[in-house]
Amino acid sequence: MALTLMKGSEAIAEAAIRVGCRYFFGYPITPQTEIPEYMSARMPQIGGTFLQAESEIGAINMVYGAAGTGARVLTSSSSPGVSLKQEGISYIAASEVPCVIMNVMRGGPGLGSIQAGQADYSQSTKGGGHGDYKLVVYAPSSVQESIDLMTIAFDVAEKYRTPVLIAADGMICQMMEPVELPEMIEHKIDYKKMPWAITGEHESDTHKRAIINSLYITVEELDELNERLQANYRKIEENEVRYEAYNLENAEIVVTAFGTVARICKSAIDDLKEEGINIGLLRPITLWPFPYEAVHKAATQPGVKAVLDVELNAGQMLEDVKIAVNGDQKIEFLGRYGSHMPTAEEIYDKLLQMRREF
Amino acid sequence: MAVVFEKTKMLTDAPYHYCPGCNHGIAHRLVAESIEDLGLTNNVVGVAPVGCSVFAYNYFNCDMYEAPHGRAPAVATGLKRVLPESLIFTYQGDGDLASIGTNEVVHAAHRGENISVIFINNAIYGMTGGQMAPTTLVGQKTTTSPYGRDEATCGAPIKVCEMLAQIPGTYYAERVAMNTNANIMKAKKAITKAFKYQMEGRGFTIVELLSTCPTNWGLSPVESLKWLEENMIPYYPLGVYKDKGAE
Ligand SMILES: Cc1ncc(C[n+]2csc(CCOP(=O)(O)OP(=O)(O)O)c2C)c(N)n1
Ligand code: SF4
Repeated sequence: MALTLMKGSEAIAEAAIRVGCRYFFGYPITPQTEIPEYMSARMPQIGGTFLQAESEIGAINMVYGAAGTGARVLTSSSSPGVSLKQEGISYIAASEVPCVIMNVMRGGPGLGSIQAGQADYSQSTKGGGHGDYKLVVYAPSSVQESIDLMTIAFDVAEKYRTPVLIAADGMICQMMEPVELPEMIEHKIDYKKMPWAITGEHESDTHKRAIINSLYITVEELDELNERLQANYRKIEENEVRYEAYNLENAEIVVTAFGTVARICKSAIDDLKEEGINIGLLRPITLWPFPYEAVHKAATQPGVKAVLDVELNAGQMLEDVKIAVNGDQKIEFLGRYGSHMPTAEEIYDKLLQMRREF
Repeated sequence: MAVVFEKTKMLTDAPYHYCPGCNHGIAHRLVAESIEDLGLTNNVVGVAPVGCSVFAYNYFNCDMYEAPHGRAPAVATGLKRVLPESLIFTYQGDGDLASIGTNEVVHAAHRGENISVIFINNAIYGMTGGQMAPTTLVGQKTTTSPYGRDEATCGAPIKVCEMLAQIPGTYYAERVAMNTNANIMKAKKAITKAFKYQMEGRGFTIVELLSTCPTNWGLSPVESLKWLEENMIPYYPLGVYKDKGAE
């Protein structure tokens, strides 16, 4: 299939449509506004629904209402808007309703900036809302990967009955890359696989009264919900970890980074390789479940003398890298705050400096 | 033996958890009967609020949602967009609808969202133990207005039907009460009318039901009905605030 040159935001929106998403609820916020804009033009063409909600709170609750029918539903926002969605996300997770949420992260805290950021790592992976829940969190590092992850996101959401978050940094939406889009599929709700889905039907041969709820007032009932959720999360941890390993063979240092920052790290790694210096990269694609084992293995393989974690925040993933490495390797951190992308040269220099200190 | 009265099948057999004399139970029955009367038993989804009626999903015998506090109109919007042919109703208290959820209800009305809102105004927060609601009357004592609601600092109580009737997308808004048999009959008529309009695709409909909370008002069930009549109805006049179908 031929490659098309597309802007990230539009490619992401089109990918969602092609994998069967017919309902989009959103609210404008930079740097993701092109997603709702694209949806507003495209959805009516294919008989889908685009609705500009009154707020991100409205949007996530519309997602909750629509996704409870088993339909494929997407919402997208950026950091401050995603903060507003947290209440709804907690309800959706507790009610075991599948849906996909995009966070095109910008700089924070507060209103922050409109350029790329990665400072919502903790919010995304540690449960940004209340209660013991987890989101499957994907962090694409290219437009193509965002597209590919959209298919996976909907499948995983439905397989595990869980909300899935795609945490892309602002760069992804704003850059243009040649991409291959998935084939358009006509997604049909499979009620046999989704007996929980709302249909409006009262009891019938095929449908039992469906209740989408997150209230479990007795200790026993709430325990049961939480145990079910936790068992589901253990299954996800077992089956859904994704990461990219790059140039790990004979690496002296292993870099950990996610999203577009990992791509910048790759440039530095490639430049160093030309000079005969081997640096590896371990890039988590799922921020949750985090690739703890893979990071530990890479960090402790023979010949590795240190780990460098690079992020566009004050060191949020660093905490997971530390847990993964478990004291078995030296870890250094190179962080920039939102809007301030580290350059390949800075990373290159940092790696050389670390080497000198071995 | 001839059957003279049968409970509507739109209510489950689960016993209500409501306090004696609380009007929530009556409101549930009116909603359930209206659904059955309109022959919609197999084509309806309800959205419960957070408030004393949080367990409404246990009582309405149909597909049900339990929404976050105040967000029922947004949840109903999402549902309606996927199931446009189904009757979608929310059931909300005054804290839920007129305080934390004003944004959601106002915008649902503005979009002319084709849903029906059943709004229970009991002038207090029932579930959390009797705090001041946006609909608490001036001078009314609650656990967070122990000296009586002070208009100077808390403003005047919100008149929801009057407010929503101003919105072009609102097709029908009526305020009713459940204090007398005659009013209960009127309340049911209003609910049925709202549902009928929705099934005709007319747009946003709301029925406000003035309701009692004997427990938190600190009154007996009978005194509560009297208090409602003497204090609530004068400030919240009953009647049709908008009916585009009758214009
Ligand atoms: C976000 C959030 N804030 C506060 C609460 C606590 N809360 C539960 S019910 C309620 C008020 C309910 O009052 P109302 O809507 O009038 O219904 P009633 O109980 O009187 O029927 C409040 C404040 C909550 N559950 N969620
Ligand atoms: S607290 Fe008030 S509103 Fe709640 S069930 Fe009791 S009487 Fe009804």
